[in-house]
Amino acid sequence: MTRVHDMGGRFGDGAVQPEPEDAPVFAEDWHARALAITLAAGSLGQWNIDISRHAREKLSPKDYTRFSYYEKWISALADLLVESGVLSEDDLRGADVGGKHPLADRAMKAEAVASVLAKGGPADRPSNAPVKFDIGQEVVTARPAVNRLVDGGHTRLPIYAAGAKGRILKVHGTHVLPDSSAHRLGEAPEPLYAVVFPASKLWTNPEHPGDEVVLDLWQSYLEPA
Amino acid sequence: MPHDDHDHPHALLPPEPALRVKALETILTRKGLIDPAALDEIIDTYQNKIGPQNGARVVAKAWGNPDFKRALLEDATPVVADLGFYGRQGEHMVVVENTPQQHNLVVCTLCSCYPWPLLGIPPGWYKSDAYRARAVREPRKVLAEFGVTLPKETSVRVRDSTAEVRYLVLPMRPEGSDGLSEDELAALVTRDSMIGTGLPKVPS
Repeated sequence: MTRVHDMGGRFGDGAVQPEPEDAPVFAEDWHARALAITLAAGSLGQWNIDISRHAREKLSPKDYTRFSYYEKWISALADLLVESGVLSEDDLRGADVGGKHPLADRAMKAEAVASVLAKGGPADRPSNAPVKFDIGQEVVTARPAVNRLVDGGHTRLPIYAAGAKGRILKVHGTHVLPDSSAHRLGEAPEPLYAVVFPASKLWTNPEHPGDEVVLDLWQSYLEPA
Repeated sequence: MPHDDHDHPHALLPPEPALRVKALETILTRKGLIDPAALDEIIDTYQNKIGPQNGARVVAKAWGNPDFKRALLEDATPVVADLGFYGRQGEHMVVVENTPQQHNLVVCTLCSCYPWPLLGIPPGWYKSDAYRARAVREPRKVLAEFGVTLPKETSVRVRDSTAEVRYLVLPMRPEGSDGLSEDELAALVTRDSMIGTGLPKVPS
């Protein structure tokens, strides 16, 4: 039921190691290459952001844990290229089949980079789904925190916030539902809310009685309290 | 059932990460699917053009201009877009204000969501397991590791970036910054103060 990326609240990770503000953006040249290859391959248009997040999350728990950040990116990208039919396993083995790829015309050109990055990819969409909750209304999150369309599938409700009571803080409009979009089941846009939870509803020993956690949650993750 | 758990083609690439990246770049380039010049351009953009200096300009402007600040807190996306800050990983911006009563801290427990157009690529610690795991449960202990101690009367509101909404913290304007220009104010704004793990510099 669970995936290893869903680590909010976990014990045992030790201290955070802050870096100086002027540390290099990319600690290693290959980190920069991994990021750039991932963005450039994304512009081939064969997947969306939810599919690519899920590709990282479904690395085996062993790989997810032992891989560094950009190792996860590049390994998930290789998996995604094969899963979506852009490359074959023989391609990854280095068998040189040569010839121009059918998607080569879509390759991102250097002169297009600035405009592609500046354009972004908004996630809000028009939707007929009625807005069920008002600002200030109390809600309870689904439990267990799982994808209800695909067993073991992608979801954005963290386990630590499952079955918790909170209150609607803000309505963000209607956004693509990752649980559907990550599995090529359509964008299924629905209302997205900022929901505020007292820390005491999430943790047994919160640090301070006034502390809170805010999560952005889709309407189908929520029930009236 | 997603056809995942037994099927990880990445294992066909060299295991050493730098070689793994190189191998995939070579394969994709040979097939015409990526252009190495475009990769250089992407890297240059995030290494040299887009970074925390963008967010610092927004904060400095908000410190100096109450109308701008009001609009920013009301609906940040069009306000920062007017300054030229829009794009990938910043399509839906929310700016949250620190006050003596409430301190905001931003995290992404599920991955590494971060407002790229305003802060650039996240630092290593933001993407670390320790920060992702602990910021939601024990934010004050995490802040202490950054050398930040909050007054007792200040509560912490942690923002876990679970959707495509990206958060920027508007830190409190430091004491002794009266009469400074926007550029001078921007120089006080640190990256970490816009994530909530730091405070702005105090003018000397």
